[in-house]
Amino acid sequence: MRQIAVLTAEAAAAEEELNPLVPHVAEIIVGLVAFGLLLLVLGRAVVPRFEKAFDQRRAAIEGGMQRAEQAQAEAQAALEEYRSQLANARHESARMREEAREQGAAILAEMREEAQARANGIITAAHEQIAADRQRAATHLRTEVGGIAAQLAERIVGESLEDDGRQQRVIDRFLDELETTGGDLASGDGGRTARGGRHQAGTSGPTAESGEPAVVAGEAAAGAPRGATALGTPPKTRGGR
Amino acid sequence: MSPHPLVVRSEEFVAPGSHDFDLPPILGNSEFFTKPMLLLLLSVVIVATFFWLAARKATIVPGKLQFAGEGAYTFVRNGVARDVIGSRDFMRFVPWLFALFYFVLVNNLFGIVPLIQFPTMSKVGVAYALAGVTWLIFNGIGIRKHGFLGYLRHTTVPAGVPAYILPLLIPIEFISNILVRPLTLSLRLFANMFAGHLLLLVFILGGEYLLLHAEGLTRLAGIPALLLALVFTFFEALVQVLQAYIFVLLSALYVAGSLAEEH
Repeated sequence: MRQIAVLTAEAAAAEEELNPLVPHVAEIIVGLVAFGLLLLVLGRAVVPRFEKAFDQRRAAIEGGMQRAEQAQAEAQAALEEYRSQLANARHESARMREEAREQGAAILAEMREEAQARANGIITAAHEQIAADRQRAATHLRTEVGGIAAQLAERIVGESLEDDGRQQRVIDRFLDELETTGGDLASGDGGRTARGGRHQAGTSGPTAESGEPAVVAGEAAAGAPRGATALGTPPKTRGGR
Repeated sequence: MSPHPLVVRSEEFVAPGSHDFDLPPILGNSEFFTKPMLLLLLSVVIVATFFWLAARKATIVPGKLQFAGEGAYTFVRNGVARDVIGSRDFMRFVPWLFALFYFVLVNNLFGIVPLIQFPTMSKVGVAYALAGVTWLIFNGIGIRKHGFLGYLRHTTVPAGVPAYILPLLIPIEFISNILVRPLTLSLRLFANMFAGHLLLLVFILGGEYLLLHAEGLTRLAGIPALLLALVFTFFEALVQVLQAYIFVLLSALYVAGSLAEEH
């Protein structure tokens, strides 16, 4: 037991000497110097380089993003411009189309008007021409008819008016003469041939021996004028019937 | 005399104690050339070399070494300094906190590195020195920001407290914030390292002694003791990392408190 007491006493004495809470001055100094050294190296050579790398990295990333954003904005702007141009072009083309349509309509109306005017002019001219012709024909006819009528009246008055046959013959003869001389006063070819036919039929009575068809025609035609003359109607219409 | 066997053993087996931390000078009689002092310098060389190599050719696209260095740096820069102090003021404290963390960490880890096996921070002087730096910084920053009296008021007068409590509160706050902070900061680190090392010494030296010098079956008790020493080594690794982190975190917190507009 005494030994233990001595041991613990010794130990207590040793621990009093070596109180771990009491620092050696050297520890403090060396600790500070070592830490200061480390701080110097890290603060001067390590931290700035890492920070520079971080900044560069951030700048690279942000720059890339900025570039991308810029490109997007540019593309957007280009799209907007293109769209506005397209709208303008559409508007312009619509306007031009409208203008052209209006112009075309105006031209068309003008031309129509012009054509109408020209047609009217032509029609008017034709009318005038016709009127003039008619006037001329009427004048001519008047003189002719007057003369002819006077001639006829002369003949009729000159001949005896005893029987109808005679009178008829006078008229026929007059007409025949008229035909041979101033036939151009007759209205048409058909009328002339019909009259000619009638004239042939009327005259072929005595000369029926020329041919059979002529005879038949002459008979048929010859019979008709007789009946017709009895009735007193003009020979022209009788032959047509 | 037939004393108790254990007492007899105690004459031969010297239990680990504070004397184990008082290592003799390596050269001559100088206190400056002891093992802990060399370890301090070694830690400086290790940390500085690693980060210098990692940052030497820092580029936008990092290599493996730069990536590792940046990760270690960013852990303190963002995980401690920026998150605690705030993104406005943190940058000027980053070098200090960065160096502090890796200095303490490596010196702590020396405690379980084979052949070195001595946590430098179990020398209280080093812990005092580092805590003293923190104390100077957070007080200096506070005084520069608020003025001397303004800073005293800032640290000792809590906002929103009735006036009649202040006579009681101001001394408490003063002691706690100005006087005790560096002590707790340094002693927390020192005590953890000291105790951890002591624990390992007990299990390793005791286990070795039991295994080699005990009589009969008592020797077998040395095996679990050494196994436990292994377990405690891993545990110590955790404590060493954690204490380095806590030391830096508290330093940053004190600075943040001094910089705060109102608290």
